[in-house]
Amino acid sequence: MAGTLAEKVWNDHLVRRGTDGEPDLLYIDLHLLHEVTSPQAFEGLRLAGRQVRRTDLTMATEDHNTPTLDIDLPIADLTSRTQIQTLRNNAKEFGVRIHSLGDADQGIVHQVGPQLGLTQPGMTVVCGDSHTSTHGAFGGLAFGIGTSEVEHVLATQTLPLQPFKTMAINVVGELHPGTTSKDIILAIIAKIGTGGGQGYVLEYRGEAIRKLSMEARMTICNMSIEAGARAGMIAPDQTTFDYIQGRPHAPEGADWDAAVEYWKTLKSDDDAVFDVEIELNASDLEPFITWGTNPGQGLPLSATVPVPEEIADEGERIAAERAIEYMGLTPGAPLRDIKVDTVFMGSCTNGRIEDLRSIAKVIKGKHKADDVRVLVVPASARVRLQAEAEGLDRIFQDFGAEWRNAGCSMCLGMNPDQLAPGERSASTSNRNFEGRQGKGGRTHLVSPLVAAATAIRGTLSSISDLVADGDEEFRDIDMATLDGTPLAPLDPNVLVQV
Amino acid sequence: MEKFTTHTGVGVPLRRSNVDTDQIIPAVYLKRVTRTGFEDALFAAWRGDESFVLNQPAYTRGSVLVAGPDFGTGSSREHAVWALKDYGFKAVLSPRFADIFRGNSGKQGLLAAQVAQEDIELLWKILETKPGTEVTVDLENRVATADDVVVPFQVDDYTRWRLMEGLDDIGLTLQHESEITEFEASRPSHKPRTLPAKHLPSVTIEAARPVS
Repeated sequence: MAGTLAEKVWNDHLVRRGTDGEPDLLYIDLHLLHEVTSPQAFEGLRLAGRQVRRTDLTMATEDHNTPTLDIDLPIADLTSRTQIQTLRNNAKEFGVRIHSLGDADQGIVHQVGPQLGLTQPGMTVVCGDSHTSTHGAFGGLAFGIGTSEVEHVLATQTLPLQPFKTMAINVVGELHPGTTSKDIILAIIAKIGTGGGQGYVLEYRGEAIRKLSMEARMTICNMSIEAGARAGMIAPDQTTFDYIQGRPHAPEGADWDAAVEYWKTLKSDDDAVFDVEIELNASDLEPFITWGTNPGQGLPLSATVPVPEEIADEGERIAAERAIEYMGLTPGAPLRDIKVDTVFMGSCTNGRIEDLRSIAKVIKGKHKADDVRVLVVPASARVRLQAEAEGLDRIFQDFGAEWRNAGCSMCLGMNPDQLAPGERSASTSNRNFEGRQGKGGRTHLVSPLVAAATAIRGTLSSISDLVADGDEEFRDIDMATLDGTPLAPLDPNVLVQV
Repeated sequence: MEKFTTHTGVGVPLRRSNVDTDQIIPAVYLKRVTRTGFEDALFAAWRGDESFVLNQPAYTRGSVLVAGPDFGTGSSREHAVWALKDYGFKAVLSPRFADIFRGNSGKQGLLAAQVAQEDIELLWKILETKPGTEVTVDLENRVATADDVVVPFQVDDYTRWRLMEGLDDIGLTLQHESEITEFEASRPSHKPRTLPAKHLPSVTIEAARPVS
């Protein structure tokens, strides 16, 4: 029978089919842990006298609370320190692999899995974090879970789940230079709304998606949750295989051949039926930004701040009024005139090596706008090392940016990297909720290229603004390689076993 | 999880509707790393008020909460259920529960029993007239009794069965452990494992310092 990619992966993990309204029981291939949502799950195991069933399918890292400065000193915030110490203790007690602060493989959990080659096509991946959808870029079923479910997976390596509906998102056409996969996903969310994906697994398809690098695909799947979807996925292809091959946990020898043979079967059949299909033309896209306080409140950068009176739907009008007030904007004013205080470059959405390279290419030899704080936080310590090996850290520092250690950082402000009340940011992260980056902080979600141009000009800007400014140096940049082109991945040269 | 068939305990009349999860337990308590000890956080904002029902001696040791409609709306935090359980509540009676809260309750062995609004009013009257009156919640027959008043309640068959068998989700899944083991035996060898750990050589990470 014809099936979608999501259905195939689901069926391949079916331990037991539920009957009479009982959920299906699915096997989980990889369980990732971090310090915030795991302590009570381990406590639950302890109270019930249970063990971690498969420590060899489980891995922990520290990301949400970790500072990005002075990481060799004791963590100043006592609550953060306690959460991190608790994770370390639990990992030790239960025999779970952990990459702690100061370790080269510490970093945001959704970067660490892929960079180690642990995230592979056709897998089920879970983590107590909604952005687990990132891993779906490899063609697996990956989704965030609650603390009880974390405990359930630790104890049984399975999860009882009700089947999802499927939605195909066909992205046709070709991205213009200066637009990125971030613009694709922001446009999709603006189109279907923050609840548009509720109950669905999204599958991103079409020529524009096929041309994207692995990291650009991760950006798209990462934000599936912002459309309310349970998960997002992209069928694996040669780009996927090339990214995985040679990484520490990639299959080798005969296993590699068997894996690739299996991975090639992982695509929706031509006659598979999706519950919903929508289409987007990448050629129509220009850089996209959010103006409001949810990721669905986005517009092309050339647009103006919405005028609430012109919004027909009452609910949307009230939401827009409230958002405009919170964000301190003027209805009808050009988005390009909005001045920012801080530019945050990082997160599990856009803190990868390709993101840093594309930003560095734009800002090289320039200096940031006065009065703008620029924070660069690599997604993982390994990404930071790679960037330093390529000399990107110098480019950022010469630009006037702060070059930080890895973690979630200002994306959610659980560590000291926060916005002050009223402070406005252009951020390459994924959520612009009220107070997300700090109490009273105002967030505009942007692509790495918009972040770079904004840091140079001080107002929300795109690459085309730099060109219009007549920047001679900038004319030398090969626009085609700015994004969407597969660049060399992290150097997986030497393996060590510990 | 303990089996739940019948429970008898002091009934607490909570004459409020839309008791959301922020009222049940404020966000500030979510930073804790333990799963127990949330009893002090339950209804934290109201506990400072002397007239609040749980501050009245007759109700302090209550274990059956009788609340207004739309109990447990808001966030998905499981801490709301933990706080109720840690305080000593075994059952919450309400005309309507938020979906996620009801789901979380079932997972943690707290009975969320749906009772018609007029029956809630009846129970409130009894509990307020005679503070300290015990309520018996009979899950087998799906009825709650206070004095001579017997009211029916609803709970879905699957949740009722799980509570009566004392099966949490994990216990339930482990009933199928042989099927899990069988599935594991059939997993292809190319699937990755986190152990033994493989990674690139360890490198010292230089700590970034504040810019002056």
